[in-house]
Amino acid sequence: MKPLLRPLRTDIQETRQTMLLIKCPYCDEERPELEFRNAGEAHLVRSSSIVEQSDDDFAAFLYFRQNPKGLQFERWRHIHGCGRFFNAVRDSVSDKFLTVYKAGEPRPNVEQFVVQPAAPVEPGEEPQAKPARGAKKAEV
Amino acid sequence: MRKYSVFALAREALRAHKGWEQQWTSPEPKAEYDVIIVGAGGHGLATAYYLAKEHGITNVAVLEKGWLGGGNTGRNTTIIRSNYLYDESAGIYEHAVKLWEGLSQDLNYNVMYSARGVMMLAHNIHDVQVFKRHIHANRLNGIDNEWLTPEQVKEFCPPINLSADARYPIIGAALQRRGGTARHDAVAWGYARAAADRGVHIIQNCEVTGIRRAPNGAVIGVDTNRGPINAKKVGVVAAGHTSVIMNMAGVRMPLESYPLQALVSEPVKPLIPCVIMSNTVHAYISQSDKGEMVIGAGTDQYTSYSQTGGLHIINHTLDAICEMFPVLTRLKMLRSWGGIVDVTPDRSPILAKTPVPGLYVNCGWGTGGFKATPGSGNVFAHTIARDEPHRINAPFTIERFTTGRLIDEAAAAAVAH
Ligand SMILES: Cc1cc2nc3c(=O)[nH]c(=O)nc-3n(C[C@H](O)[C@H](O)[C@H](O)COP(=O)(O)OP(=O)(O)OC[C@H]3O[C@@H](n4cnc5c(N)ncnc54)[C@H](O)[C@@H]3O)c2cc1C
Ligand SMILES: [Zn+2]
Repeated sequence: MKPLLRPLRTDIQETRQTMLLIKCPYCDEERPELEFRNAGEAHLVRSSSIVEQSDDDFAAFLYFRQNPKGLQFERWRHIHGCGRFFNAVRDSVSDKFLTVYKAGEPRPNVEQFVVQPAAPVEPGEEPQAKPARGAKKAEV
Repeated sequence: MRKYSVFALAREALRAHKGWEQQWTSPEPKAEYDVIIVGAGGHGLATAYYLAKEHGITNVAVLEKGWLGGGNTGRNTTIIRSNYLYDESAGIYEHAVKLWEGLSQDLNYNVMYSARGVMMLAHNIHDVQVFKRHIHANRLNGIDNEWLTPEQVKEFCPPINLSADARYPIIGAALQRRGGTARHDAVAWGYARAAADRGVHIIQNCEVTGIRRAPNGAVIGVDTNRGPINAKKVGVVAAGHTSVIMNMAGVRMPLESYPLQALVSEPVKPLIPCVIMSNTVHAYISQSDKGEMVIGAGTDQYTSYSQTGGLHIINHTLDAICEMFPVLTRLKMLRSWGGIVDVTPDRSPILAKTPVPGLYVNCGWGTGGFKATPGSGNVFAHTIARDEPHRINAPFTIERFTTGRLIDEAAAAAVAH
């Protein structure tokens, strides 16, 4: 006979969250997501001379996105706080933040967050997907 | 395939329902197919069905990493309508509505298409102007859409709150009477059964992990967790995971993937006779044939593949629902869930050839592609079979984001839809 009460699926609950908690690197404080506005992929640089830029390059800047499943570099604005833009690294599978950094600061080396997976990475895997596998286990 | 009919029902009733066949088989993947479709959602299955039915291409496999219909097809709020603003959108969404009207007969499967009317509420002057503009544009394209006064709104949907001190006053609505709902699972199952009957292989638990290409760049097949499978034509129909799969072929897409949530209440007696949408306060509601209130919320603000979303998003929607239908405030919500939707900058889909020969993509349906399922599969099958787009999907290219020829339903609606 099947037991009436099944144990809770803790694996599912782990990713379920009510709202993101985001640390603003300027205010140096963790605040609820409602104070922030997401501003899309980070490190997209507008050409200093769009007149000379090719249509393809301009489209790439304007519309084409990495949209990675795994580590994502993204911009946020602390709109109901200090009002400033900053960048973050977030795992788009678990939605966990790995780090935040101020606008203008270089892209952090994500290898530092990666707990190397026990199993070898399969050949042919996309390079940007690699860190994500370990990153899911990382606590920051 | 044994036909479903009232006679079949009677026959089976007399022999204890022992004669029903499996609706589709689960074959082992072959080494090679003429066409591989990645993703067994409604759009992928419909593509396979029309490849077989209209183009005689039956050596087709549909590869699905989970179970068929387990993606957004099985997670959406099933709203069907075709009253979009632009001519290109009118073309594709209306093509779908026409197919919905005969789909149950065509598939010999009851998809429960119910043209109960979709009513879009106007709460302010801007809404009124936008909806009236839509109504005129729709009529020019031969698509039904009409303006309702508040009294007519109340008559069409009696439980709605029209009181003068309502937080979101209702000052009119646009009604598309041919709009409505369909049973989402039945759509996936119906297409799967009809496609399998024509020889299509539906292979579940088969995740595509790579796109195989010849030295000249052309597609020669895919890698999967069940080994490589060859095909000279591959159609990617993977909704929220499109960027991930296209990346395997080195193609970057104008897409971002967001969580979108929905929830249902406990089942109650018939109360809400139509579909109600309010773009301005972000609430969509209809009542399923089981009696549950089916409620759609907005997307989260950040991209994610988590298939969940923030609780404040659904709270926000329920705030609006309770304001519009005070009678629902004591209902208990039974389940909530999320899907991952692939959103383009202009909120119109992409159904097109790609820079990679033999690779085709059908994506970008975002928060509103269920309604298009039959039309999308139909013209995408044409695109793959003939290696050129159908007249209807010809404008829905990837290149429009470079040329600037957008189909800007995003600006037209100014909200998710
Ligand atoms: C909450 C919610 C509400 C919605 N409400 C509406 C609505 O009211 N009206 C409307 O018109 N639309 C609505 N939509 C949008 C609609 O659901 C989608 O546009 C539509 O269902 C997309 O269908 P599809 O077949 O393209 O995608 P899906 O059904 O998501 O199918 C894609 C399939 O690809 C598979 N896949 C992904 N990666 C791989 C891989 N590597 N290998 C193999 N298979 C893979 C997935 O598992 C999935 O089954 C809603 C969506 C959501 C999430
Ligand atoms: Zn701040």
